[in-house]
Order: sequence, then C-alpha cells, then structure tokens
Amino acid sequence: MATRAVITLPTAIKAGQAFEVRATVAHAMETGYRSSDEGVRLPRDLVRRFECRLDGELVFAADLFAAISANPYLAFWLRADKPGELSFIWRGDNGFEHRETRPLTVA
Amino acid sequence: MRSAWLLLLAVALAAHADDRRSGRETMSPALRTLQADDAQHPAQLALALGREQWAAGARSCASCHGEPEKLRGAATRYPAWDQGIVDLPGRIQRCRVKHQQQPAWAPEAEPLLALSALVAQQSRGLPLRPPLGPELDQAAARGQRIYTTRIGALNLSCAQCHDERAGLRLGGSLIPQGHVDDYPVYRLEWQSLGSLQRRLRGCASGVRAKVWDWDSAELLALQTYLARRSAGLTMQPPGVRP
Repeated sequence: MATRAVITLPTAIKAGQAFEVRATVAHAMETGYRSSDEGVRLPRDLVRRFECRLDGELVFAADLFAAISANPYLAFWLRADKPGELSFIWRGDNGFEHRETRPLTVA
Repeated sequence: MRSAWLLLLAVALAAHADDRRSGRETMSPALRTLQADDAQHPAQLALALGREQWAAGARSCASCHGEPEKLRGAATRYPAWDQGIVDLPGRIQRCRVKHQQQPAWAPEAEPLLALSALVAQQSRGLPLRPPLGPELDQAAARGQRIYTTRIGALNLSCAQCHDERAGLRLGGSLIPQGHVDDYPVYRLEWQSLGSLQRRLRGCASGVRAKVWDWDSAELLALQTYLARRSAGLTMQPPGVRP
C-alpha cells in the first residue's frame, strides 16, 4: 500500500500574511514498547523527522519521538512573500521516506 | 374542524420528529468542529486510501461506477434487500467478490472501511431513506424486538439506554439517542474508522451479552430497524465520535 499523506493549505494566501499548513502522514508510529496479541514485542518503527521547505529553504522542521501518536498530524504557520513550491518530507526507521510537493500561489 | 385536527396531528408529528437528534449534535463543540472541518477530520487519511482503492486494478470501482461522486445518495438506501439483507460494506464486499473477482476482505479491513467511508461521504447532507419491502419489514420487526429485549449479564436492552435514558449520563459520557446517520464513524476511542456492526458488537459486549457474529441475521435486522428509526435524519458521514 502506497504511503498516504494529507496536506491542507488555505485556498487563498496573501503575500506577507501568515497561513496555516496542516500535514498528516499515514504511519503506525510503533513505539517499540508494545507487544502483539501473541506476546511478541513489536519492533520500534517511528517517523523521526519532518521537514518542510519552500523552494529548497528549510522553513519548518520537527523531530518526532515515540510518544507521538500514529498518523502524526502537524499544524504550523508560514509566511511567504512570493509564490513557490512547498516540499514536505517525512523520514523514519527502516528507511521510511515520504515526499510531497504542493505549489504555493500567493496573491 | 377535521382539518384543524389534521393540522394538530401534523404539528404533533413534526414536534415528535424534532425530538430526534443526531449524535453529532450532542457532541462537544470541539468534536463537532473536528467532524465539520474537512481539514481536521481524522478520517482524511482513510478517505485518501478509499480514493486510491477506488481506482486500483484493471476492474476497479471506477471502471463501472465512474467517479465516486456519482454514487451520491447511494448510502442513504441501506440496508437493502438483494437476495438477503445487505448493508453498505456488505455491498462493497459483494462487488469485490462478484465483479472484481477478488477475495473478500476481513470484516473491518482498512480498505473496506475506507471505501465505505468514501461512498458514504458522497451522501452528505441527504436524508436517510432506507428502502421498504416485505423482507426488510420482517427484518426491521425482528430488529425492533432485539432492540427492546434485555440481554447480557447486565440485563439491559438497547431501548433502556438509547430511548429511555438518552441525554442522561453514563459514567460521565452523554448517552446519545443511537442514530445511525454518520456511519462509518471515526471513533477517537478506537483511533480508527469503524462500521455500525463494530459499534453494535461493542454495545453487546458492553452489557456482557454474547456478541453477534459479523453479518449475522441479528446484526442485519438490528441495522435495518435502526436505519428506519433514523430515517429522514440528515447524513454527515464519515462521523467523528468520542
């Protein structure tokens, strides 16, 4: 199953005005502390880092840890003066990597 | 005089209808926002999976049905009768086995719930209109009997909580009227989407009764009765519930 991510941007963004970005990625965020129904320890499997870049420049990043829920949901505010491209990347254990890009249109 | 009586009757019926309140209207404001705002809705990932699944494979759902949006109103007409009672997830399973020639999913499988949510979502804002028919009438009557029969070690019937004590509290949480207008729902307690059957099975185990099997005649009869009990209420699936 392909990795899924949902990213929500406001429909209209004004130059120089802060706007909210919401991003979720489908991921189990297995802590490594839990056991399965059969009593077998479930290996740790986490998203470790989230980065958001605007035209290659890092504008938001987060380090994620075991206490963060499955399907981690991050909401943050950005401000842009000109249109560009927002790129999102999630990296984690077992080589997990998911990228998304969204065009940013600024009025 | 007679028309005055009819008017009075109509007003009384209307007032009676107004007593029914969807579970989403009695939730906390935060939860209501979560359901109303698509950008925050916790089922978004599932809906994205549903769309992916909709178009997947050579004999995809899309190859017969076109865009999911074309199924607007379909979810209002379940459970239906088609050589047996079938609810919406059941219909999707039948399509999968018969037309896509794929093995059926396990009950509550992620792609099945995702597709159910996607199809149900298309009927947002429409009133629930469960179909009629002799077999369905029979099932609804059986469902009503189950609904009003005391079961389990706690010796409680559905009606005792959801009719007689709706609006009161059980261990701090509000007892809803038990309407079925938002299924499948994302339940925060489950941390996932779940079908109406899962909800009903949870209730049975809550009163320590024998839990009905998936797609059993009892569950389908109960679903048929519940759909009629909620008929006319506006659907807003997928719902969010505490």
